[in-house]
Amino acid sequence: MSLITPDFGLLFWMTLIFGIVFFILAKFGFPVLTDMVRKRQERIEKSIEDAREIEARMASWKVEQAQMLEATRKEQSQMLREATETKARIVADAKAQAQAEADKILAEAKLQIAAEKESALRDVRKEVALLSVQVAEKVLRHELSDDGNQRAFIDELVDEASKAQMHS
Amino acid sequence: MMLALLISLILLWPAAQENYFSQGFAKNQFSSTLVIQSDASVMPGPDRASEMADQVGHDGEFDMDEYLYGHVVDAYDWHITTVNGKHISIPLLIIARSKTTGWHVFSSGKLAHGHEYEGFYLWHDQESHRDCLMEHTPSGDVRPLDISITKNVAGLLFNSLVLVLLVLFGVKWYRRHDAREEAPGGFSGLLEMLVMMVEDDIIKPCIGPDYKRYSPYLLTAFFFIFVNNLLGIVPFFPGGANITGNIAVTFMMAVFTFLAVNLFGNKHYYKDIFWPEVPLFLKAFPLMPLIEIIGLFTKPFSLMVRLFANILAGHMMILGVVSVVFLTASLGPAMNGGLSAIAVLFGVFMDVLELLVAFLQAYIFTMLSSVFIGLSRQHPEEEKAEE
Repeated sequence: MSLITPDFGLLFWMTLIFGIVFFILAKFGFPVLTDMVRKRQERIEKSIEDAREIEARMASWKVEQAQMLEATRKEQSQMLREATETKARIVADAKAQAQAEADKILAEAKLQIAAEKESALRDVRKEVALLSVQVAEKVLRHELSDDGNQRAFIDELVDEASKAQMHS
Repeated sequence: MMLALLISLILLWPAAQENYFSQGFAKNQFSSTLVIQSDASVMPGPDRASEMADQVGHDGEFDMDEYLYGHVVDAYDWHITTVNGKHISIPLLIIARSKTTGWHVFSSGKLAHGHEYEGFYLWHDQESHRDCLMEHTPSGDVRPLDISITKNVAGLLFNSLVLVLLVLFGVKWYRRHDAREEAPGGFSGLLEMLVMMVEDDIIKPCIGPDYKRYSPYLLTAFFFIFVNNLLGIVPFFPGGANITGNIAVTFMMAVFTFLAVNLFGNKHYYKDIFWPEVPLFLKAFPLMPLIEIIGLFTKPFSLMVRLFANILAGHMMILGVVSVVFLTASLGPAMNGGLSAIAVLFGVFMDVLELLVAFLQAYIFTMLSSVFIGLSRQHPEEEKAEE
């Protein structure tokens, strides 16, 4: 029973106790913990992978976004340019149209004025003719009230007429 | 400081030894004759045990051997302390099977002070400084089949209970939480850290791909040794039993590792033992196989001795340092006080060192077990293929 002689009783109890401890811990103790930690590790690895994937996708998104932005800007500037052009054209068109309208109105006005003038002139001429006839009537009536004058006048007329015939 | 302590120890040792011999010789003679004599009437008086204990106690003499070994060997009762020469100890259960009268179960308190009960008595072995359960039979005194709950068994039970409760308490967290979403804190976090350290640093790299099968055993071994080592350092009840410093305990641990290595060894492992790849003349006369087979047993043997010797030596060192206080008691208050102060400082150092050793020995045992298991699970063909 010295220090380096194993004692049978202790060997027996040690086997029994360690066996029971091993059974309990191997069934309800350590595997629960290690399995959980393993699962957590797997999850963390997966999360990191996901994060990396998302990062890559984000990077591609960024490029895409920049492209889209560029395209939009281009489109915007083009639209602006087009709008300016359209504006200019519309203004020009409107001007031209207005000019044309104005010209047409002017021309019409001129024609009307000319027509008015013509008719006015015709009226005046008619009036003048009427007046001169009336005047001539009055004068003639006055002149031809005595025979001597009537004769003189007829002579004169005949002279004139004959002169005119001669000249012609 | 260390030097002073060592010198004082060396100087005082012979004195202590001398005291022991001059006082203990007669008793020594007395008890060695005991084995030969079968007659109960020649038994030493019932006060023999208390007499022995008193030797340590009141008359100022200090029995160094009895003090050292008394603390590290097994006992049938759990001695807690001695107050004014009166022992306070917890009696434990004696379970023994006599060849003639069958099983006996009774309290060890009935055998205190050399009393005899149902034909059993305790014989104090002077060589190993421990008690042995003996039985009177007509043909002489014999040792019965003894599976008593000794101090070490009780300590083993208590420490195992502590270990199981601690682990189950720590693991409880995982039943209530989803460990994929969160990590535990507090005690469960500490346990997880330790368990994963052992698994990731020792078991996985040493065993290789099929480590999962061995992981529960190795983890149990690690924590079993660790908890027993730690509680062995605790100087008062219910710690302080020298469990991992007992050869029977480390022997069984080594046997378990031996089984784990050899029961699940693969084809390659056994081929390497019985027909290793060496020149033919080395295995035709089975020199190499012989060496390999011896190697099978030396590996667990080294595990057994390493753990046993380290823990036992640690206990002895601490006890030795503490003993300076008692050894120098007769040198006067100044000398005793000074050396005691040094002894206390050195004791603190030794205790802290033992904390390290407690962890280190558990670590080494687990690591070497893993390495041996890993050797039995090698797949050299696959490794070659990978290269």
